[in-house]
Amino acid sequence: MPTEVDVKYVAHLARISLTAEEEQKFGAQLKNILGYIEKLNQLDVSHIEPTAHAVPLVNVFRKDEVRPSLSNEDALRNAPAKANGLFVVPKIVE
Amino acid sequence: MLNRLTISELSQKLARREVSAREVMQACLDQIQRVEGKLHAFISYNGADALAQADVADKALAAGARKPLLGIPVGMKDVLAVKDHPLNCGSKILGSFTSLYDATAVSKLREAGAIIFGRLNMDEFAMGSSTENSGFGPASNPWDTTRIPGGSSGGSAVAVAADECIGTLGTDTGGSIRQPAALCGCVGLKPTYGRVSRYGLVAFASSLDQIGPFSKTVRDSALILNAISGYDPCDSTIIPEPVPDYTAALTGDIKGLKIGIAKEYAVGGLDAAVNSAVQNAVKHLEKLGAEIVEVSLPHTEYAVATYYIVATAEASANLARFDGIRYCARVEGADPIELYCKTRGAGFGAEVKRRIILGTYVLSSGFHDAFYVRAQKVRTLIRQDFLNAFQKVDAIVTPTSPTPAFKIGEKADDPLQMYLSDIFTISANLAGIPGISIPCGFTANPQLPIGLQLIGKPFGEETILKIADAYERTTPWHKEKSPLS
Repeated sequence: MPTEVDVKYVAHLARISLTAEEEQKFGAQLKNILGYIEKLNQLDVSHIEPTAHAVPLVNVFRKDEVRPSLSNEDALRNAPAKANGLFVVPKIVE
Repeated sequence: MLNRLTISELSQKLARREVSAREVMQACLDQIQRVEGKLHAFISYNGADALAQADVADKALAAGARKPLLGIPVGMKDVLAVKDHPLNCGSKILGSFTSLYDATAVSKLREAGAIIFGRLNMDEFAMGSSTENSGFGPASNPWDTTRIPGGSSGGSAVAVAADECIGTLGTDTGGSIRQPAALCGCVGLKPTYGRVSRYGLVAFASSLDQIGPFSKTVRDSALILNAISGYDPCDSTIIPEPVPDYTAALTGDIKGLKIGIAKEYAVGGLDAAVNSAVQNAVKHLEKLGAEIVEVSLPHTEYAVATYYIVATAEASANLARFDGIRYCARVEGADPIELYCKTRGAGFGAEVKRRIILGTYVLSSGFHDAFYVRAQKVRTLIRQDFLNAFQKVDAIVTPTSPTPAFKIGEKADDPLQMYLSDIFTISANLAGIPGISIPCGFTANPQLPIGLQLIGKPFGEETILKIADAYERTTPWHKEKSPLS
């Protein structure tokens, strides 16, 4: 059962606006890719542990010390809009 | 023609003061001037900055300094941060972004004396196998400019194969170093996950990404790996294994080593010339004293599907940061959501959008267990396949890519076909193990390079470098120069 993807809905979840043409094209391509991915259903994985990282990881701790960090000026260097040492964003609360 | 020499050759000449670092850098810049119009390996480069670094290296050389890469130009894939230089990840979305700091691999190269040079072309956010997805236009293969150089680190491979740079760094998430190295006829190494710090590498799929070298010889890759490996407090996923001198493994002696061939890698769609070159390479390794052993990697056929769930899921989370607030070419909207959607809709290219949407879908409510968790479980099986095989062998040999370089545009409208061309390289990323691609022959007409892949145990870089070097010493392929070198 090649899965039908509601491209418009998922693109909104991903915060990407698409043109009507892109929606149609991606819909067909994703259906094709998901059809291929269904291959994985052939395997019985009920007793298998998932792998998030190929190498076993342990928590790494460091001392919580004040160290040099980015200056305000540097942090804003690549900002598309800034004022008074802050990032400018559209109005969020009425 | 200093740009045609290897790191090892140039280091000797520089140490003896027969040539200057400025002359080497200038030779690379002259070559870029000559061929870059046909290749587009670089998104941008700053010749004056590179020559200034060369002058600093020359002063150090005059004062008798000895560092492993002193005065050697090393090119950077456009996904690695170099302080005050542009960083675009091959994407239009980052606009005029410049890096605030050096990636750890970059600062380690600086410590080793290298000249950090250029922004190498790539598939946008490292998503692709052809460099056609670059937001700055595709790169071309120096053996045939109507063909792709492979990807995603296409520019890194082209710059080395066309002698525009002496060595380069790329990144490999599913084959993005090994496959372009194979298709351009140079050496490319993906280290074990956790060998090289990812700090300052813009993340695509954090559990798969790894930085590694491109070079003209196996020894040169070992030299670069020496410099970039090792512990870094800025990367919590680094493995604090000691870093050996990888060149010490290059003895030329592989007698008694066991090299596996996997029966599952005899796949349909394998090009006849590629197959015969790889068969000959296996015979050659046997002649050099290695024992060839058949192994089984039973879950090979599930690797591509597993990869495209795991990698896109991780990408959908990692690329959420490109939202037009702290950086990016912003497209204004009435509210933040509209601003995000418009900025990302305008800034990302088709393949990146496709993968973010796929990744968002497999993580979304109701599908998470069926796709993402299942893929993570299959990943366990794939890794287990390799660990079982490595009980019997020291390394596994495969083709790097099932075909030689294809024509630009040939697979552009069929993403699934493009994904399937990663079949031999993807598993090593899922298993977190190292792999190297080396030249092992050419197709007849047109003459296109063929790559041989050696896959090693976790932290088995020394073994695969040793085998690759022994092969290289006794074969002519790596000496062949492309028409544009």
